[in-house]
Amino acid sequence: MTFTQRHLLGIEPLHPTEITTILDLADDYVRLNRQPQKHGDALAGLTQINMFFENSTRTQASFELAGQRLGADVMNMAMQASSIKKGETLIDTALTLNAMHPDLLVVRHPHSGAVDLLAQKVNCAVLNAGDGKHEHPTQALLDALTIRRAKGRLHRLNIAICGDIAHSRVARSNIILLGKMENRVRLVGPPTLLPAGIGEFGVEVYDDMREGLKDVDVVMMLRLQRERMDGGFIPSEREYYHRYGLDAEKLSHAKPDAIVMHPGPMNRGVEIDGEIADDINRSVIQEQVEMGVAVRMAAMDLLARNLRAARETREVMA
Amino acid sequence: MLFTNARLIDPETGSDSLGWLRVENGVITARGSASDMPQDTGTTIDCHGKCLAPGIVDLGVKVCEPGERHKESYASAGRAAAAGGVTTMITRPDTTPAIDTPEALEFVARRAQADAPVNVLHMAALTKAREGREMAEIGFLMDAGAVAFTDCDHVTANTKVLTRALSYAKSLGALVLLHPQEPGLSTGAVATSGKFASLYGLPAVSPMAERMGLDRDITMIEMTGVRAHFDQITTARALPALERAKRNGLDVTAGVSIHHLTLNEMDVAGYRTFFKVKPPLRAEDDRLAVVAALRDGLIDVISSMHTPQDEESKRLPFEEAASGAVALETLLPAALRLVHSGDLSLPGLFAALSLNPAKRLGLTAGRLVPGAPADLVLFDPDAPLVLDRAKLQSKSKNTPFDGARLQGKVLATYVGGTCVYGEL
Repeated sequence: MTFTQRHLLGIEPLHPTEITTILDLADDYVRLNRQPQKHGDALAGLTQINMFFENSTRTQASFELAGQRLGADVMNMAMQASSIKKGETLIDTALTLNAMHPDLLVVRHPHSGAVDLLAQKVNCAVLNAGDGKHEHPTQALLDALTIRRAKGRLHRLNIAICGDIAHSRVARSNIILLGKMENRVRLVGPPTLLPAGIGEFGVEVYDDMREGLKDVDVVMMLRLQRERMDGGFIPSEREYYHRYGLDAEKLSHAKPDAIVMHPGPMNRGVEIDGEIADDINRSVIQEQVEMGVAVRMAAMDLLARNLRAARETREVMA
Repeated sequence: MLFTNARLIDPETGSDSLGWLRVENGVITARGSASDMPQDTGTTIDCHGKCLAPGIVDLGVKVCEPGERHKESYASAGRAAAAGGVTTMITRPDTTPAIDTPEALEFVARRAQADAPVNVLHMAALTKAREGREMAEIGFLMDAGAVAFTDCDHVTANTKVLTRALSYAKSLGALVLLHPQEPGLSTGAVATSGKFASLYGLPAVSPMAERMGLDRDITMIEMTGVRAHFDQITTARALPALERAKRNGLDVTAGVSIHHLTLNEMDVAGYRTFFKVKPPLRAEDDRLAVVAALRDGLIDVISSMHTPQDEESKRLPFEEAASGAVALETLLPAALRLVHSGDLSLPGLFAALSLNPAKRLGLTAGRLVPGAPADLVLFDPDAPLVLDRAKLQSKSKNTPFDGARLQGKVLATYVGGTCVYGEL
């Protein structure tokens, strides 16, 4: 078992063996979470603060539950409503929180790199719960766990990521993770929703969805933000659904046992057909939510172990 | 006053040779080669074979008076300039409020006169409050001493307003500085689009936005016949348009900031906001193309684009952080990287730092000839230097070169024959 990180700021700094370590431990937590008695004590005595500078229901709930199941004291701070409005800078907020001796800080922020900046200023473990258009590491890890459990492996798979890749931190973290684990990644979407310099990402790019889905093992759909639908990036919702919405016909080009994923929340009838989303033989969307709690428990457990080890070393040194 | 044993860097003739230089009453009166050293009785300064060059004429310095004096005052900017071998600062009008009236210009001129040990000339806004709606009082501002007009990084989207302002400026013979950038494309961008910005999830602008802005501005220069200077050309794809404009006989010149010549987009790695400048740092291919254009004379001027920002405005998430970097003191050592890499000769470098900006503004500085003002910089091009931002003279310490290993050190700076920096 290897995991040497102090923070979980992105997938980029992780070694493939560290990814495997998180997923292996998460498998244990999946078992725990399915028992009637769901309590562990890996985080007992530790304080976890969830700081969400951007609205979130699902991710915040998932982190909160993960912390509580492992015995942490969990506090949620709705940052949108608080000090930011009073003009406090991110760093001041971080220093204020730091003075309360948290052990785990879970942060979501609308700007890329903001969580990295915050991590430099605090002496606890920081988990990135999504920063701007940069990374969303726990989402990529839960997707990886879902794929590994459904396909029995996490390498040499053909995986199509479809939709609004340009604005998606989920896509970035997934591209990096799946690349590190030696899969073939395809990106499918209209050119207006693909990031610049995409050719240098080590991926294959398709603007035709049927071609892009041909013989893939995994179809990963992304949410199309409402504010992108107004004609700025795509002509209309219905044209988008016609060309890039996942329906049975388009899915038929993928392998017969291909799984369908979506990070949620879904826009049924925009990027995905409702029937596909609910098809228990193809869709693993509910499993993704379940894996999310387990992966977050594993990540926080591993970071807490490193945090405790670092503190003991410091005490011995002192 | 006699400088002896000096390695004279003359951008006008392209010569770089040992010799002497005589200064009387603040003006260069004679120079010669090492073989015919005069026997002088007055003050003699032995340069010990170090380089003596015309002082830097820095086109586009921001001093934060009025409005943000805690970031940079004329006193601190003046000290920084002197320490950096900058003998003439041409200040930008992007202060708060903007320098768009003769009264505001008189205020900064008075402040500069009182506090800065180097020459200071001022640019004024082309449009009121740099808003691109109504032209400023260009005539009155010229009477008050404005040497050029610019809205700095505010691009006037309304071409009707801009052509009128340019026509009016043309009728007065004014020089206008333009910022080539397509404003629609570049809105909100903090990085240059490409793999790097995409991986970092930063809002980015295509480098082509610079060419689109340049093409538009060149068309308006052709319409109006105004004398124009592009403040920063930073991309390879903009260069052919600039070359055509010059070949077609338009009265245009172009500059580039020291940061775009010596840094690239990868330097932002880790969201380092001290590397956030405007326009954003470019790809390495663009940097190389711009260095080549400078060597070929297509780009005329190197400037510091000195932009002081305090810690509060930089210690923020990258998108929210302020743009700009201080550079008066690092301009020469950083520019010497281009000499050490073999891209430029020393006289070639000083053509871009001193002679060309002086010529463009109609100044007699920037030369080592009898009759020119004794604005001089004495420097050791090889002395190693690890930059410590805490030691900068500027009030703001936002340099991207903190901790950088540079080669080249200013030993002394003279303005009108008076030593304003150094112990010689």
